[in-house]
Amino acid sequence: MTYFAPNSLDDALDVLAAGAQIVAGGTDHFPAAGQSVPDRDLLDITRIETLRGIWPEGKDQGGGWWIGGATTWAEIRDADLPPAFCGLQQAAREVGARQIQNAATLGGNICNASPAADGIPPLLVLDAEVHLASVSGKRVIALSQFLRGVRKTARHKDEILIGVRIPPARGLASAFEKLGARQYLVISIAMVAVAVRLKAGCLDDLRVAVGACSPVATRLGALEQRLQGTPVSGLADPALVRPQDLSALAAIDDVRATAGYRLDAAAELIRRAMTSAAGLAVRHD
Amino acid sequence: MTDMVAFNLNGRPVTVTADPGERLSHALRERLDGRDVKVGCDAGDCGACTVLVDGKPICACLMPVHQAAGRLVETVSGLAGGDPIAAGLCESFQDFGAAQCGVCTPGMLVCATALLRECPEPDEKAVMDALGGVLCRCTGYRKIIAAVLAVRAPEERLREGGVGAAIRKTDGLAKVEGREKFGDDIAPPGTLEIRVVRSPHAAASFEIGDTTAFLAAHPGIVAVQTAADVPGCNRFGVIPGFLDQPVFAEKLCRFRGEAVASVIGEPPALRALDLDDLPIRFSRLPGVEDLASAQARDATPLHADRPGNLMCEGFVLQGDPKAALREADVTVSGEFQTSFVEHAYIEPEAGFAQMVDGRLELHACTQAPAMDQEALAGILAMEPDRIRIVPTAVGGGFGAKLDLSVQPYLALAALATGRPARLAYTRSESMKSTTKRHPAIMRLTIGANADGAIQAFDFKAEFNTGAYASWGPTVANRVPVHASGPYRVGAYRASAKAVHTNAPPSGAFRGFGVPQAAVAQESLFDDLAEKLGLDPLEFRLKNALENGMPTVCGQVFERGVGIGACLRALRPFWQRERAAAKAVNAGGATPGVRRGVGLACGWYGCGNTSLPNPSTIKAGILADGSLVLHQGAVDIGQGSNTVIAQIFSEALGVPISRMRILGADTDITPDAGKTSASRQTFVSGNAARLTGEALRRDILGKVNAAPDSVIDLRAGSIHVRDDGKSHRIDLARLDADREGYVFRAAETYDPPTRPLDENGQGEPYAQFGYAAQLAVVEVDMALGTTRVLRMVAAHDVGRAINPLLVEGQIQGGIAQGLGMALMEEYVPGKTENLHDYLIPTIGDIPPIETLIVEEPDPHGPYGAKGLGEHALVPTAPAILNAIRAACGVRVTRLPVTPARLKAAIDRGGAT
Repeated sequence: MTYFAPNSLDDALDVLAAGAQIVAGGTDHFPAAGQSVPDRDLLDITRIETLRGIWPEGKDQGGGWWIGGATTWAEIRDADLPPAFCGLQQAAREVGARQIQNAATLGGNICNASPAADGIPPLLVLDAEVHLASVSGKRVIALSQFLRGVRKTARHKDEILIGVRIPPARGLASAFEKLGARQYLVISIAMVAVAVRLKAGCLDDLRVAVGACSPVATRLGALEQRLQGTPVSGLADPALVRPQDLSALAAIDDVRATAGYRLDAAAELIRRAMTSAAGLAVRHD
Repeated sequence: MTDMVAFNLNGRPVTVTADPGERLSHALRERLDGRDVKVGCDAGDCGACTVLVDGKPICACLMPVHQAAGRLVETVSGLAGGDPIAAGLCESFQDFGAAQCGVCTPGMLVCATALLRECPEPDEKAVMDALGGVLCRCTGYRKIIAAVLAVRAPEERLREGGVGAAIRKTDGLAKVEGREKFGDDIAPPGTLEIRVVRSPHAAASFEIGDTTAFLAAHPGIVAVQTAADVPGCNRFGVIPGFLDQPVFAEKLCRFRGEAVASVIGEPPALRALDLDDLPIRFSRLPGVEDLASAQARDATPLHADRPGNLMCEGFVLQGDPKAALREADVTVSGEFQTSFVEHAYIEPEAGFAQMVDGRLELHACTQAPAMDQEALAGILAMEPDRIRIVPTAVGGGFGAKLDLSVQPYLALAALATGRPARLAYTRSESMKSTTKRHPAIMRLTIGANADGAIQAFDFKAEFNTGAYASWGPTVANRVPVHASGPYRVGAYRASAKAVHTNAPPSGAFRGFGVPQAAVAQESLFDDLAEKLGLDPLEFRLKNALENGMPTVCGQVFERGVGIGACLRALRPFWQRERAAAKAVNAGGATPGVRRGVGLACGWYGCGNTSLPNPSTIKAGILADGSLVLHQGAVDIGQGSNTVIAQIFSEALGVPISRMRILGADTDITPDAGKTSASRQTFVSGNAARLTGEALRRDILGKVNAAPDSVIDLRAGSIHVRDDGKSHRIDLARLDADREGYVFRAAETYDPPTRPLDENGQGEPYAQFGYAAQLAVVEVDMALGTTRVLRMVAAHDVGRAINPLLVEGQIQGGIAQGLGMALMEEYVPGKTENLHDYLIPTIGDIPPIETLIVEEPDPHGPYGAKGLGEHALVPTAPAILNAIRAACGVRVTRLPVTPARLKAAIDRGGAT
């Protein structure tokens, strides 16, 4: 068994092609491993500089944003980003605690594919694209397509998630609401991200994603459509979100909560997140 | 890629050979002598192992050591010794009592150092954000926050003083500097290790195949031990007549996590071993999960000699409650249910054993060294004096470290191999296999007259005692004695059954069932007050016990009944907070959020229930003038090292700084009993007082000095000043005993109690402590979430030997009570880690105001009463009553998770 920590992506892809297991922040790797000893080579991708950091694309590339796969949640949390990223940054503050945020990576959160991954809903509402590389080349896949189920993704064994691209998000503002049974270090019972763009005081573009209420976090397309054009003043209505708006979800009973509670809570969190995202959009208008 | 990893550790370059994928925490602890890095969960859930890597806090258990290559790694010992900010924190933590057991302290200090480097003047929220990833189970966090906030403007606190002085802990410095040795910090690296094979099923039979062939095929594995390898009796327990738990199961496993075998081996071989490779085959059997199925007519008893799965029953009867209920003007009834609660101390059970000159020497975290010695003597078929128990520092206990855990496996391994051996439970192993708080189903009816005087009280409880007895009998006996709360309740009947299920043994957990009973009683008291149209506090005060009134056991205390004083101390806070809540709710500042204020009381008898529980404390003076205190009352963080020394200092008249404190250690300290039942300050404290007084009498007697003379201990002599006269005792001229003492004293104290008769009448305890707490909560009506905004706690401690430690016990108890009320529910097989099993974090504990009430107890040392368990008793019901006040909903099932509260709100009534 060998521990590889290459500085270049090409070297990393070669190691991976030979069957190594990726480790980055280690925050999911070690709890899953428990006391067992690794049976494969380990590939540490945190020393590959090109996989780290957040930056805006040049105009010729379309004006989106790039977040490297090995970027930590602390880096995302502390970056100076436009209001579209507010929800993602709120989620970054809620990923575990400081120790976890300092180590855990964006790519790890996505590839671990936990139904309760706090980072996913805010990325879904930004229409994030997942960029993968392997020795045989690169490919791009929508995050919503990349996530396939509980702990299941479309990543091939020889692929590294090199980064996430956020398409141009000018005018969008987002918010994130997390519900857990305690403060800090808590697995979500439910969480919601909302992104909005306003036009003349009404929702011109609404995007809603819910996590921990289905095997993978889910965008609520029907709700987004239905509330298109709603005036900001109407978002306070407690009955704004109806049970049928959540039909895309498939919540379960577990030790944290019942399925029914999760759906009720999700509806309330959506309402709250819409209100705060709209408020943010108004302030940045 | 080589396996050599080079980095900078605390300012010095180090190179270490490590396995690929090895945790940084492991490399630091086992390869670089970094035992200041504590491991609590190996999953990033507790933060005890936090270190700084290039200045940033990370969990060392989640970083591959190779990732640290070329970086700067700072741990608490390095920071304490070299960073002025950390050094300031070390002082502040001691001044504020921010370290109790000390096992989370390295993580807390490291995080706080990183915060203060970036932000020298943080506010409370910033401190919480920075420390939110470190769990503490002892302190309730508030003193930690205060200590961090105070670093920039330190206040000098007392370091010396007798009874009543809020001095620093005598053992605090080692804890803040990371030098304290806990259970897993004793063994030298490379020591033989042990892993325990456990049942994967709640009920199972099993077969063990050819272990000889297995050993032959696994070089580096030294031995496999099973029930056949137990030389003495393969049974242990804590209550005479109830020794029913095998060290290794024989044929049948009665709970998930029960041990069937242990594997002893060289560390690398043992780590590489997949326990599933052992020739052990389990077959799942049907079992009983809960109280109902355990008592079903066709249920098979877990133990053949306990039909109906009934282990035992406790009972108290006074008067005719049925008749009294019929005559009462108003009655209320309710059924309440609580869950398994896990102790979740941050230090999993761990220890080290070796044979020394033919004797077994065992170092482990424990609350009861003498009981460990006696139990091991039976298991090993050895004379007790051939067994030396040296308790390590204990990283939290709360009751579960009263029972044996790692000890028999360590002892058997050292005996069989003749080599030293170590064992540290993993977090999930600790959670699966050690005791829990008893889940309870309680039914209660209370009747009162129209004027508010309680006339009748009928309480029936069933406790899920799990697979083995442990402290279940104590719970069954204590609860009926306490279920009335500290009140005069007229005719009284209380029964408590302990029933076996296929679950981990329920045992001792801070309060022995009394916190559960208080949930039922104090909840219904609010319902009753409402029916009567009385203020909940005034209703309680009207019925509160007073000096000279008999308890439900017919026991009369002529002095020291402090519940009335606690309620009166709370009254101004109660009135103010209720008015404030009313105004906030009327104002509707936050729509959908309702505020409520709740109140609850509690009492707790200190020491064993009607059974002897003596403590002995010994002290001596050597010819060179040094004073040695043999202090065997195990300090599990609560502060007995300090409190016993303060009492002894007061009685003898010599400052603590002149003392050397030894122990606990069964070779050198007399038996001071177990650290349990809130008995150390009271019982061992009295032994310390008697010992100090005896030593003082001997010294003064030598020179015929008056009792109020001043003793001045110097090198080789004692000077006694007696009203202007001065005497000098030349110690070299006195005969020294075998241990070199020229003066010595060893005194014993056993609290006076009387047995309970068949109706539970008698004198179960020599003293009770009393408490009343108030909780202010906010309920988010749409989500069902509860946030506790403030707690005020009035506690009658008789005499606060050390007010700083008193506050620490109260705040820590409240944190556990809050967890029990709102989030803690252990489900075997589902919550065997610290992310599915939730305990409160630093963000959950509100400001806590402590009001120390002192109604001196006639028996307590200087009037002091026990406190450890009292702190927890009123908390959960106070929060439940506050929730009811906030949203009108009575929740009867604990914990009150958001889902449960929301369901109750939607139904608009009781759950």
